[in-house]
Amino acid sequence: MAEVSTGQKALIGAGVAVAVGAAGFLLARRSPDVHDDGHNVSDAPDHTWRRKTGRYEEGLVGRTVSINRPKQEVYQQWRDFTRFPTFMENVERVEDLGEGRSRWKVKAPLGSTVELVTRIVEDEPGTTIAWESDLDSEIQTSGRVEFFEQAPGRGTGVRLTLKYDPPAGLPGRAIAKILQREPNVQARRDLRRFKQLMETGEIATNASPSGRRSESPSEATI
Amino acid sequence: MRALTWQGRHDVRVETVPDPEIVNPHDAILRVTSTAICGSDLHLYDGYIPGMRAGDILGHEFMGEVIETGPESTLKKGQRVVVPFPIACGECFFCRKQQFSCCDNTNPAETSDATEFQYGYPMAGVFGYSHLTGGYAGGQAEYVRVPFSNVGPIVVPDHLEDDKVLFLSDILPTGWMAAENCEIEEGDTVAVWGCGPVGLFAIQSALLMGAHRVIAIDHYRSRLALAKQLGAEILDYREVDVREALAEMTGGIGPDAVIDAVGLEAHGISIDNILDQAKSMTFMVTDRIHVFREAVLAVRKGGRVSVPGVYGGFADKFPVGAFMEKGLTMRTGQTHVHRYLKPLLEHIEQGRIDTTFLISHHAPLEQAAEMYRNWHDDQDQFTKIVLKTEMAAPKSGQKEQQHELA
Repeated sequence: MAEVSTGQKALIGAGVAVAVGAAGFLLARRSPDVHDDGHNVSDAPDHTWRRKTGRYEEGLVGRTVSINRPKQEVYQQWRDFTRFPTFMENVERVEDLGEGRSRWKVKAPLGSTVELVTRIVEDEPGTTIAWESDLDSEIQTSGRVEFFEQAPGRGTGVRLTLKYDPPAGLPGRAIAKILQREPNVQARRDLRRFKQLMETGEIATNASPSGRRSESPSEATI
Repeated sequence: MRALTWQGRHDVRVETVPDPEIVNPHDAILRVTSTAICGSDLHLYDGYIPGMRAGDILGHEFMGEVIETGPESTLKKGQRVVVPFPIACGECFFCRKQQFSCCDNTNPAETSDATEFQYGYPMAGVFGYSHLTGGYAGGQAEYVRVPFSNVGPIVVPDHLEDDKVLFLSDILPTGWMAAENCEIEEGDTVAVWGCGPVGLFAIQSALLMGAHRVIAIDHYRSRLALAKQLGAEILDYREVDVREALAEMTGGIGPDAVIDAVGLEAHGISIDNILDQAKSMTFMVTDRIHVFREAVLAVRKGGRVSVPGVYGGFADKFPVGAFMEKGLTMRTGQTHVHRYLKPLLEHIEQGRIDTTFLISHHAPLEQAAEMYRNWHDDQDQFTKIVLKTEMAAPKSGQKEQQHELA
């Protein structure tokens, strides 16, 4: 077999990817839009609806996990917002201001932080907790977590939905742009950590030795 | 401590790295006494598995002595334990179903996006096997951190030496599960592709489970000889057309169950394998599935296909027509090692399973890089390599104080 350099391989790979992508795009364009507003039938949560459907909501992201613990216990754990920093990567600190109000310090792009104050707007013990940011907060956000029984042996379903409204002004929009993209990833990872904590009492980490000088992610991968 | 680190394709080195520490409550630290190089380590060595980072410590087959425990570990200092290669939490839906290699909680949140994207759901953590499966440091080292040590490790009795129990970590249960996945019935013929350690243990297990006969396929003479020694009939695929031979040897019925113990780096000169090689060089496919195809075509109608061989990505020309029309059942997966530890330890203690016959070489950990080269280049002579930390004569086995872990 003739030797092919990595560069050549990458070039051929890229060429094939572009061709496949273009073909896919053309095929997708040809198919007619079958989603008609007002005739939606799917029994799926709001955050899973496609952009072209009537049920789609801009800026809404969500994620569901199963947790092998009783509903009430999972609810109790989530009800104390000051514990969020243990499993939410972007949340540095949450301070309880009383009467369902909390002050959040959240990591923002470029090493800065954003503060916001939220208040609980819905609290159904064992079922639902929903919160919204105060109108004068730097970013507008709302969240909702629902707890529900699942099929036998599947534990408690925990569904987190988050909604971010783009703040005014250019810097705000820049932050929002990243925040709009990030919530999905954050919701996914935060819920994984929450699940690990609830089910095993610890958050899984690969912290262990390596031959690397640092843990910079820019080091060689294949 | 000294540890074998991956630096790039065909480049592994024994280096001095920081010692592991207890991080989480269920952790334990082992002083490794024996650790083996696995066939699947060659997939890392050859650069087939993505998500490797220079400096990663390899090794997922290891055993040793407990020297430190976290507050929630159920192990005690001084115990000799063998550690399963998949890390399992014991609490999630999958662990409760005994599907330990599917554990939902052991791949850290930061590293589990990749397999979720590629496979639909994130895979469990595995020792020393790329950041796709958590980026955990492996056991080809003097010391290793074992997360969830309350769930995985099995304590082994002192009268059984390392060589007898080390393979409980991976290849013995993997061969066993491969045979179990064949759902062997009276009179069954099982055909096994690949007489590497997993294939050899699959042969032994299938016969123990009552297979009427086992037919083993390979081209390395010493490996075929080991298969024969275990009681299998053997086929060298360079000498005969495997499909024709299998059909003729089974009266035209075909083997009742087939085991692909080869996986994604199939050898052999056949049109489909050459095409796969060409395509994998241009990134059009990632896995060469020659054996998989041949096994699906060779198995009898209504038969069972068991796949312990490792695949990672995508492949084409999977004979889906044969698969459907013949009404086949396929069972596969990373081994649920935890499930098999106790029964297999008992088989070893009773002398029903021989785990030492396939070890061709013992070497000090210091020579690990050389051993990887040998394991890669000379698979006929090197059937299984066990690395010993105590044999590391050049430097003392003392724990060395290194810079703090970040």
